[in-house]
Amino acid sequence: MATSEVKLLGAWPSPFVLRARIALNIKSVDYEFLQETFQPKSQLLLQSNPVYKKIPVLIHQDKPICESLIIVQYVDDVWSSNGPSILPLDPYDRAIARFWATYVDDKLFPAMKSIAGAKGEEERKRLIKEVEEGLALLEDAFKKITTKGNNNYSFFGGDQIGYLDIAFGSLLGWLRVTEITNGVKLFDQVKTPGLVNSAESFSSHGAVKDVMPETHKLLEFAKTLMPKLAHTN
Amino acid sequence: MEDKPSEVVLFGSWYSPYTSRVALALKLKGIPFKYVEENLSNKSELLLKYNPTHKKVPVLLHNGMPICESLIILEYIDEVWNHAPKLLPEDPYQRARVRFWANYTDQKIMPASYPILLLKGEEKQKAIEDMEEMQRVLEEGIKQDFPEQFSFFNGNTMGLLDIVMGVNSYNYKAFHEVTNSEIIGPKNPKIFMWVNAMKEHPLMKDTLPPHDKVVAMLKSMIAPTPDV
Repeated sequence: MATSEVKLLGAWPSPFVLRARIALNIKSVDYEFLQETFQPKSQLLLQSNPVYKKIPVLIHQDKPICESLIIVQYVDDVWSSNGPSILPLDPYDRAIARFWATYVDDKLFPAMKSIAGAKGEEERKRLIKEVEEGLALLEDAFKKITTKGNNNYSFFGGDQIGYLDIAFGSLLGWLRVTEITNGVKLFDQVKTPGLVNSAESFSSHGAVKDVMPETHKLLEFAKTLMPKLAHTN
Repeated sequence: MEDKPSEVVLFGSWYSPYTSRVALALKLKGIPFKYVEENLSNKSELLLKYNPTHKKVPVLLHNGMPICESLIILEYIDEVWNHAPKLLPEDPYQRARVRFWANYTDQKIMPASYPILLLKGEEKQKAIEDMEEMQRVLEEGIKQDFPEQFSFFNGNTMGLLDIVMGVNSYNYKAFHEVTNSEIIGPKNPKIFMWVNAMKEHPLMKDTLPPHDKVVAMLKSMIAPTPDV
């Protein structure tokens, strides 16, 4: 497939863009990465995602696909004969993977994101607790999923990284940034050992290591956003 | 009260559109199921056991295993009972668009009805305008992504997106009556035509609550203060 047939519009700090990149890498798809300019948003972004005007947007044969988890599933569908399946093969396992990925997007990530803009210490503590509880739920899910059928897998996806690993793993960098900027430990060997060990393997995985932004770079980037965040509603 | 493992059980609530989605899908596929009506102000032990994370309906129980979240349940149904009618299109790009608009309905349109119901005066008017804008976006999007389809976005039979949007808009007249608004109408011709066609589908009539019951339900949700 010609490189220009597949384009990904995105930005390096975005965990959602990272999901798309990992999926494309798993399937060994050559693609052109287009760095979105923002301020103002590019014509390409406005045209290809008029509804949300957000990255990532996958453009395949000139057709746009939006929303990171939809993109991941699309990549899995189109390049189904390349490499391992991203979604589990069993329908029940698929439902579980989708459930927790939705949980990450609807509950965990929004709570994590809101910590920076929390008004007052009480709200900050409440949000931190919400994130901790969410991670505890994911740790529990991890144990159940990876030990199913007397196995002891490294990833939610089994021996290979899959849909839920991508959904959650893409947030690791920002999770670390949240820990550092708030002086809390959300994610450690004591509370979430399964997730921590899996995270290490995930971060060094062939499809991930070259596209996952380094935490210190994200931290620098976050600092440029922080002053703005502290003043927004 | 042990259910046979292969039995399909749906835990739901009669006024939950998310529940109706699943009931419709099961009927469409011809899957026999047992329905358990939950009292949402007094949730059953089983519901809390099967959906401890969200404690919400609907929950589908199959082979003794629970599946939660209506859109996830619909995809599960399509995958397990993969005979016709298929709920999702075969083409990956079409699937992506169906998922996109189903998500849009859930993330944007569904939550937008509450402010219209619960707010008054200028705030209510703003909420109505916001919703009208979303319907306009939906109209444009559907026109672009499903230009050929008339009856259903899925082709000849109801599919996932028809189910999601159809359930949501089936009782639009009840919503209009209670909120004194016109969200769905001739200004969105494609959606309006499609909604009215959906209303006639026998399974829709068979599954969704009648107009009067919905009016009563919606009225009971509104705070008892005089309309400004």
